[in-house]
Amino acid sequence: MGYTPQSGTGLLGSSPLRKEGRDKVLGASRYIDDQSLPGMWHGATVRSAIARGRIRSISYDPAVDWAQYAIVTAADIPGENTIVHLTRDHPCLARATVNHPEEPIVLLAHPDKTALLAGVRGVRIDYDPLPGVFTIEESEAAVAANDTERIIWEGSDAGGTANCFKQYCMYSGDAAETEAGLEAAFDTADFIVEGEYATGAQEQLYIENNGVIAECFRKPSGGIESVCVRGSMQCPFYLVHALTLVFDLPEDKCRVIQVETGGAFGGKEDFPSVIGSHAALLAMKCGHPVKMTYDRAEDMAATTKRHPSRTRHRTAVSKEGRLLGGTVDFAIDGGAYATLSPVVLSRGTIHAPGPYKWPHLRVRAKAMATNLPPHGAFRGFGAPQSLFGLERHMDKIARTIGLSPEELRRRNFLGTGDCTATGQPLNEPVDMQHLLTRALHEAGYHEKLARFTVENKTSSIKRGVGFASFMHGTGFTGSGERRLNSLVHLDLLPEGRPQILVSSTEFGQGTNTILCQVAAQTLQLPYDEITIARPDTSVVPNSGPTVASRTAMIVGKLIERASQQMLATLRAHAALPEAHTADDFHAAGLRYLAKHGTLRESVRYEPPTKIYWDDDLYRGDAYPGYAWAVYVAEVAVDMNTYMATCTRFDALQEVGKVMHPVLAKGQIEGGVAQGIGYALYEKCMWKEGRMMNNQMTNYIMPTSADLPPIHVHFEEVPSIHGPGGAKGIGELPMDGPAPAILNAIENATGVAFNTIPLLPEDIFERFTSLGHPHGGSEDLDVTVDRDTRTEAVEVTA
Amino acid sequence: MSLVQLTVNGTRQQVDVPPMKRLLDVLREDLALTGSKEGCGEGECGACAVLLDGVLVNSCLVPALQVNGSRLCTIEGVSTEGRLHPIQQCFLECGGAQCGICTPGMILATQHLLDKYPHPTMEQIQEGLAGNLCRCTGYMRIFEAVQEAAKVA
Amino acid sequence: MRSDVGQFDFVSPASLDAVLERLAAEPGVHTPLAGGTELMVALNTGRLQQHSLLNLQHLSELRFIRVEAEAIHIGSGTTFTDIRRSEAIAIDLPLLSQAASWTGSVANQNRGTLGGNLCNASPAADSPPALLAYGATVTLVSSHGTRTLPYSDFHLGYKRTALRPDELLHTISVPTGWSGYRQYIRKVGTRNAQAISKVALAAMARVDGDRTSRVIGDIRIGAASLADRPVRCAAAEAAVRGKLVNETTVRAARTALAGEAKPIDDIRSTATYRAHVAANLLEEFLRSLVG
Ligand SMILES: Cc1cc2nc3c(=O)[nH]c(=O)nc-3n(C[C@H](O)[C@H](O)[C@H](O)COP(=O)(O)OP(=O)(O)OC[C@H]3O[C@@H](n4cnc5c(N)ncnc54)[C@H](O)[C@@H]3O)c2cc1C
Ligand code: FES
Ligand code: FES
Repeated sequence: MGYTPQSGTGLLGSSPLRKEGRDKVLGASRYIDDQSLPGMWHGATVRSAIARGRIRSISYDPAVDWAQYAIVTAADIPGENTIVHLTRDHPCLARATVNHPEEPIVLLAHPDKTALLAGVRGVRIDYDPLPGVFTIEESEAAVAANDTERIIWEGSDAGGTANCFKQYCMYSGDAAETEAGLEAAFDTADFIVEGEYATGAQEQLYIENNGVIAECFRKPSGGIESVCVRGSMQCPFYLVHALTLVFDLPEDKCRVIQVETGGAFGGKEDFPSVIGSHAALLAMKCGHPVKMTYDRAEDMAATTKRHPSRTRHRTAVSKEGRLLGGTVDFAIDGGAYATLSPVVLSRGTIHAPGPYKWPHLRVRAKAMATNLPPHGAFRGFGAPQSLFGLERHMDKIARTIGLSPEELRRRNFLGTGDCTATGQPLNEPVDMQHLLTRALHEAGYHEKLARFTVENKTSSIKRGVGFASFMHGTGFTGSGERRLNSLVHLDLLPEGRPQILVSSTEFGQGTNTILCQVAAQTLQLPYDEITIARPDTSVVPNSGPTVASRTAMIVGKLIERASQQMLATLRAHAALPEAHTADDFHAAGLRYLAKHGTLRESVRYEPPTKIYWDDDLYRGDAYPGYAWAVYVAEVAVDMNTYMATCTRFDALQEVGKVMHPVLAKGQIEGGVAQGIGYALYEKCMWKEGRMMNNQMTNYIMPTSADLPPIHVHFEEVPSIHGPGGAKGIGELPMDGPAPAILNAIENATGVAFNTIPLLPEDIFERFTSLGHPHGGSEDLDVTVDRDTRTEAVEVTA
Repeated sequence: MSLVQLTVNGTRQQVDVPPMKRLLDVLREDLALTGSKEGCGEGECGACAVLLDGVLVNSCLVPALQVNGSRLCTIEGVSTEGRLHPIQQCFLECGGAQCGICTPGMILATQHLLDKYPHPTMEQIQEGLAGNLCRCTGYMRIFEAVQEAAKVA
Repeated sequence: MRSDVGQFDFVSPASLDAVLERLAAEPGVHTPLAGGTELMVALNTGRLQQHSLLNLQHLSELRFIRVEAEAIHIGSGTTFTDIRRSEAIAIDLPLLSQAASWTGSVANQNRGTLGGNLCNASPAADSPPALLAYGATVTLVSSHGTRTLPYSDFHLGYKRTALRPDELLHTISVPTGWSGYRQYIRKVGTRNAQAISKVALAAMARVDGDRTSRVIGDIRIGAASLADRPVRCAAAEAAVRGKLVNETTVRAARTALAGEAKPIDDIRSTATYRAHVAANLLEEFLRSLVG
């Protein structure tokens, strides 16, 4: 059980109670839908019914008393009709054309939430439909054939070309030398192994849907003075930025407050910019605060998901199992607008080489446009996609050349002092050999490998084991952290207690707790002495977005430095003794405040070592630090039902100092659970770009009865980049489960599956020669739901 | 409209609401008890779970009229005078609550489970909580919290 | 919430008779609502067409489990939790007990009723295969009287039943005395818990003869998601009744089942998968008879 040490020392590495945990178990936490403001109205969105087309007309049913409603269309936007991203292609509200189903076109507000049902029904939009593209392949085909009808996205000045939001070409060295090296490698290789791997879209499925409450304040003259949005989100300053454009207001007139957030996983990274802008526009129009919350069906159909992907590998290997050279073609489906796709693509690209030495490697990557709702951030951010391809491919190579999956990896692992494919020297210790040894041992891998081979012969349940080795970069890519230039404050409150001010948000991962631990440990104070301010952009500085597993390591380090500064200040100016009690600290604090009025320590990001990154060549220090891992999955495939189940999972990772073992375990287990869902359960069914199974009853996430025991193991190798040696762990656990599970399924059945999600129907079709030539169950009629509870479509049986 | 009388967390209440209004909305809107959450509105997630006459139900699927004369326990009624119930304490200590949105329903499901099986097996725990979806934890910390709570109680 | 609840009428008549009177007075106008686990979902998702509802949930007349010598009579208002709790059902009708245990989550079982499950008439529902295998009968009531029919005649098509607008399902009577039978039930859902079945099979058989010649004396098979309604698999039964359990019989059973199954592709699975897995389950059962 949780143990709370009384004093600051030893706090990092112990498990004090989650800061806001008491309110959460009491049901007293106030999420956005639990809040309301006086005079508040409710908002709703009228969305496109088709995937692509020109809006011919918008008409309003005369049976509805529209005088009661506030109506907002693109024409009402005071600033720019755009949701801010690297590329400004994403309209806040569609004006002339729509590019995906469920695209917002008209906004309505009404004092009575129920009246919105009739309102939304009463808005009629007529379209001239245009042909759409719905997969990476269709999008590529349109480009290849120069089919202008199906060029759905024109290009941008941020590196986009027709139907392609972004491309990268990453070489493991000088481009020309690498090309020459590749040619030689493929000429002389004992084996050339090729493979194609694909992953599907995945819904974040936070249990709390997106929601905000917005206010708009007017000047006496009537003009807009400022806007304020509070809501469920990860990155308050992203929304500030979005509002500045939509309202043409300066940053300090766009206030954003993050309230208790019921899960996010990336799904509330950029999307709040959309719903937040919408609610603020309605507030502007009706003169009241406006609450917008999506219900589950709307949230699932209209908001972002994980990018589907396709990875093609071609690898030159020696008969001893050395990787001689490789090419990787990595493509993701970005949906209708660029949004975060270039950044997701970037992380996917950099993780594509995995934890291996590649003498010569070229990764070509592209994010294609389709007429699906824009895909966005989801835990792992491109890395789970490319690592799935790689780790399946490593097993394929092993099988092809006759080595064990273990031995093949051992012969190619990166180690301390080696350079990654981007040319980043690994100066901090890396010991993948040991991680692999320990992970396989913890999982009983070798014993099971032998036992299952025997047992499977006589059983209709085939068991198998498989693993994946991988790493995950912590923090923003390349020079990203320097550009973010994050700032934190540490204040001394009037009663002499420190308070942390950051824009880093808590949405379950433990931000509040670990940052307070860092401050308490550094300030040598009890954990309970530290508080953390609610992220309100009118109060807190911009410590950067809460993404990319950067909070513990990057923001934590800033808090550590701010705390050191505060100690130094109080020692120098308020006679705080070297070894102090909490009382000494209060007394010194009060002395200081009496003399100087306030005490605020501010610290800005500085790279602890020199970080070099070339954005054009895609070379250099890709991430400040990496977490390293080996995950082992055990599976059972029932040959009567073709259902694959994960029956045990072992997750071993080296994540630097484990700051809070209970939270850390919870992070890993939660990520592994999502990874198991990604591999075996969660399938988005699309029809003409629209998600058909946008309900919890038919988008299947694992329940408590579906998950195996998840065993979490840590190795701790302190990093200089994080506080007390910590690195990031938030996204890492998403990367390993899917390839480990599919590797295990191959071990169990002898059949290689290379597409996820892998559903029983897919396994069935491969095992029998029944069914469709393409395999998979893409040919399902997804318009029919034979659910016990849905009668939407009559069945023709 | 229908007059519905019920006892919520020991307090007698009376509301005048449409008879088909969801119990979840009666709690959240008419009684200002926002601890019960809406995750799906279709009985799948359990975030809205409450104990109705001692029995676990999803309040998004219960029409107001059906609770006339009933006794209800919501998450707000689990603690006593600000003192955490052992189940709540164990969720807090074991890391059973991450983002916390599933937690109210999960705690009530746990209470129902431990009422039925004071010393549940792992299988009973997995089954008893299968109607409460949690996207954050992967359930392992929750299982531990339930087992600890069974020891304490 | 996608409905305006203000638009719906919902009343709780004091007795079963009062409900029946209302149904008879305005046939087709009122819809009974028991546990609400179907109708409230429809309300939430904006699909509830019926605007006048009559409460059954409080009617103790419909919530009972009566054990008699030859049958167990179950009131339509009996919840799945009630069924799971009944020792008599667990012993005499294990397939029904098992089906109840995987009908949604605990919260769902606490509320959802057997009557609601049958009257909702989904081809994927969990209790029908067991009831079909056991050869249950159903008693329907109206203010004009009662009638009893074999449960196998209750389902007329996709979400269509023999219920007249003024009728309620009152009792489900399930014959007992299956001690000589091997019983089998398996649900293949989208996941282990709280899942709608992709296909499910309940089967029972009496094996006659000695160790060397095991003949299937009687067999009864009910299936979910193999057609537009829950079905008894008569052809498969006929193919194996009186036969030795051997490879030929297994193949004949598979063929017969394939011939009578009319599954579809939908959002949860494919027709071919459903048909093939149903045959696998049947084979699994048949092979277990000689185990
Ligand atoms: C999350 C969830 C999971 C589920 N999982 C499953 C599952 O795994 N397996 C499964 O089979 N079902 C499942 N269901 C469906 C549902 O719970 C069952 O069908 C349940 O038995 C319905 O009973 P009810 O009393 O709640 O029905 P209600 O919603 O009250 O009624 C359903 C229908 O039956 C009619 N009706 C009810 N009683 C009578 C009567 N006595 N006479 C005439 N008509 C009547 C109603 O008018 C209505 O049309 C699930 C539902 C939910 C919400
Ligand atoms: S909101 Fe009631 S079960 Fe999800
Ligand atoms: S703690 Fe976030 S959903 Fe369970």
